Amino acid sequence: MTTLHADTLAGLAARLARGECSSVELTRHFLARIAAHDDGLNAFISVLETRALAQAEAADRCRARGEAGPLTGLPIAHKDIFCARDTRTTCGSRMLESFVAPYDAAVVARLDAAGVVTLGKTNMDEFAMGSSNETSYFGPVRNPWDPSRVPGGSSGGSAAAVAAGLAPAATGTDTGGSIRQPAALTGLTGLKPTYGRVSRWGMVAFASSLDQAGTLTRSAEDAALLLSAMAGADARDSTSVEAEVPDYRAALETPPERLRIGVPRNFFDDGLEEAVAVTVREALAEFERQGAELVEVDLPNLPLSVPTYYVVAPAEASSNLSRFDGVRFGHRCEDPQDLLDLYERSRGEGFGAEVKRRIMTGTYVLSAGYYDAYYLKAQQVRQLITADFARAFEAVDLLMGPTTPTPAFELGAKTADPVQMYLNDIYTIGVNLAGLPGISIPCGEVTGLPVGLQIVAPHFGEPALLAAAHRYQQATDWHLRMPSAYA
Amino acid sequence: MKWETVIGLEIHAQLATRSKIFSGSATAYGAEPNTQASLVDLGYPGVLPVLNAEVVRMAVRFGLATGCTIAPRSVFARKNYFYPDLPKGYQISQYELPVVHGGYLEIDLADGGRKRVGITRAHLEEDAGKSLHEDFHGMTGIDLNRAGTPLLEIVSEPDLRSPDEAVAYMRRIHQLVRWLGICDGNMQEGSFRCDANISIRRHGETRLGTRTELKNLNSFRFIERAIRHEVERQIELVEDGGTVVQETRLYDPERDVTRPMRSKEEANDYRYFPDPDLLPVVIEPATVEAIRASLPELPAARRERFVRDYGLPDYDAGVLTASRELAEYYEAAAGAVPPPAAKLVANWVMGELTAALNRDGLDIGSSRVDAPALAGLVARIHDDTISGKIAKEVFEAMWAGEGDADGIIEARGLKQITDAGALEAIVAEVIAAHPGQVAEYRDGKHKLMGFFVGQVMKRTQGKANPGQVNALIKAALE
Repeated sequence: MTTLHADTLAGLAARLARGECSSVELTRHFLARIAAHDDGLNAFISVLETRALAQAEAADRCRARGEAGPLTGLPIAHKDIFCARDTRTTCGSRMLESFVAPYDAAVVARLDAAGVVTLGKTNMDEFAMGSSNETSYFGPVRNPWDPSRVPGGSSGGSAAAVAAGLAPAATGTDTGGSIRQPAALTGLTGLKPTYGRVSRWGMVAFASSLDQAGTLTRSAEDAALLLSAMAGADARDSTSVEAEVPDYRAALETPPERLRIGVPRNFFDDGLEEAVAVTVREALAEFERQGAELVEVDLPNLPLSVPTYYVVAPAEASSNLSRFDGVRFGHRCEDPQDLLDLYERSRGEGFGAEVKRRIMTGTYVLSAGYYDAYYLKAQQVRQLITADFARAFEAVDLLMGPTTPTPAFELGAKTADPVQMYLNDIYTIGVNLAGLPGISIPCGEVTGLPVGLQIVAPHFGEPALLAAAHRYQQATDWHLRMPSAYA
Repeated sequence: MKWETVIGLEIHAQLATRSKIFSGSATAYGAEPNTQASLVDLGYPGVLPVLNAEVVRMAVRFGLATGCTIAPRSVFARKNYFYPDLPKGYQISQYELPVVHGGYLEIDLADGGRKRVGITRAHLEEDAGKSLHEDFHGMTGIDLNRAGTPLLEIVSEPDLRSPDEAVAYMRRIHQLVRWLGICDGNMQEGSFRCDANISIRRHGETRLGTRTELKNLNSFRFIERAIRHEVERQIELVEDGGTVVQETRLYDPERDVTRPMRSKEEANDYRYFPDPDLLPVVIEPATVEAIRASLPELPAARRERFVRDYGLPDYDAGVLTASRELAEYYEAAAGAVPPPAAKLVANWVMGELTAALNRDGLDIGSSRVDAPALAGLVARIHDDTISGKIAKEVFEAMWAGEGDADGIIEARGLKQITDAGALEAIVAEVIAAHPGQVAEYRDGKHKLMGFFVGQVMKRTQGKANPGQVNALIKAALE
């Protein structure tokens, strides 16, 4: 039988249901895993042992009363971008190093209500700005597959924790690829739902029109389990959508009869490493074997998605991060001389280099005289990219391609060149700009490192997306592999 | 005078909602600092704004009442700047697409004419908090109770040509927003305040001069004085060979001067962009029509109707429509007396009643004499039961709570003596008692008529009908 920490959420749920173990036992197991292995990974910023055990005990009592739901007693980790009442919520920044959230994010509250146990809060790129988890104030996270390599970002702590079996699943957020890219680099299933599917209430904002909460799990089935609890309209988030929440788990069993899969030509351009291309094409061949039809499609404006994103996201971020001014919460400099000094030193000391770079970029593109040339133009291009996807979905059910151009790269390899770092998200960013749901699933290995296949669906197409991923995972075992050091 | 003054006003009317524009916090004035500030108002990490739908309905009411176009789709934008009482580092406002635009309002001019003042736009926004500089020993206190209070910013065209016109326009807006029930108009509490953009140019010049902006004018008196000072300052400056600098100035009511706050060079670049946390505000035509149908008769229309239906002079109609409550009061009273007495009701409302209200610091809604009671009094004047002079005594008794007019007249025996026989006898007594004056009168000193009337009134304790007494004395003497 699979060890507890190599099992899926669904597998652990079945064990709990059969009474093979209690939630307290599960929780203790994962807390012990964290204690034993996290020093080498740095996946967690806070471990919530007391809270987790209390939740686990409550879950066991709930089960004893016969009131357990599908997620009752299952331990997970939250990306440290989600506010959780009375716990530290740092967002990977010195600015919030000692910030204790006075309220729960919608994602946290919904999963708590479903009976989930929170093991801890995971490391991340500062304010979710990064693709390697190297911008965290709390230090970089290591990739469990090769500790000299990055786990991807910004949800790198969540990815490393799940990949190494320190948590069976974790939440993440995805603004330009921050769930899918680390999932690809650590051999996980990473789901970014449709924009508006999951409430953003209580999720520290990076780029409000792009941010979306999602999951990092071992399987599409696990993603479906968690999404069922997380999704749904929220009166506190005007951009959350009033669409009915389908039974995602039931949808896994009903994949479309004759799937038409669009393969965007420019997903296989010069930037894609050849070995990754081969691996992804092999995965597409598997879908073909399962009866799907592959169709080449064009997304002509997609090459503009990286520059577009790096106007829109910093613009929103520059405004979203203005509230961190040292006045009400967060880092305040010592002994400010006057108001300007308070602002300059609190922000200068509280934010790291990448965050400052994006605040400056965003401030610039919104400035009088530059707004039309940058921000307005970027919004126009965003419309074109969205239209490209809409046109493609007239002919196909899903789009598939690589999640990243390369497998995990070495720490420090791209920190000196932000543009090289930004290009890592070239295949994922367009999906955020269009607000579409996307998933990355492991589909092979290149020199011992996982490779991700990205699947994209039309708005609210999560059922088809998850069903396709699940069907692939029924036929393959890439998603069940673990790095040997943590098996 | 070779200089023409050009003024445009930006009026901030606090919308009379119970909760804030983007959070559920209360908007009540005067609470302990920071007791009406939620996590949303404090701009905590991860919180999001949710629009209070009532503010949109209020803005549409204003737009319809001023002939504005109601935008089928308007957008909230972020106005970015740092200030300690601005919790998020940006104010949520409307920029390119305001909720209503392109209307007008008519004002009365001193020469009796009227003038149409253009309303460029009115947009919705949230108020900031308050910085408290006293009592904190070199530090600044922040009260965020006010942060997130809904405001309608009403921007006029630069159509105003004098401080008096500016005040007249502001009064009209003040009247209208209270009439519509969208703002309490309380200037002391900051519910209604304005910024003025002021420039001068030579008569005949069509281009606008460089303007200065006067901030936070919160009384009609200050507005008039502040603008007058600023205009004088600009004229003096230009006539001395200087040029006006575009800047924001503050009016200091204690020293009666304006002084610079910040210049254009120091001005913020607000980096407006659409707020991604809020959806565009979509207003369906059916919603607009439903709101239009729910609007009360507007002040201008009511004023015209008062002239038409009650035969009032335009001036009276203007005074009586100063507020909806006053107009309701007048109409209730005027409708309860015979039509020819409607003007008499107007005199009483504008005279004795207003004086009594002012004396006791009451507003019309809490008048001690209600409209039916006042109508009862005026009816007794109109049917000659009492004279206007006696009526003042009756009114005071009514104000003191002694009952209605008829009861007081009866109890105090104030009914006018209209019995011709009785009056003739009294007139005869007066003539007999004053032979000297009678002789003088007959010699042509007709001014003495007042003396004889006075004597009759004295003997009747004022209860005689003055007109009747006049006629009887005249008959007896000639």
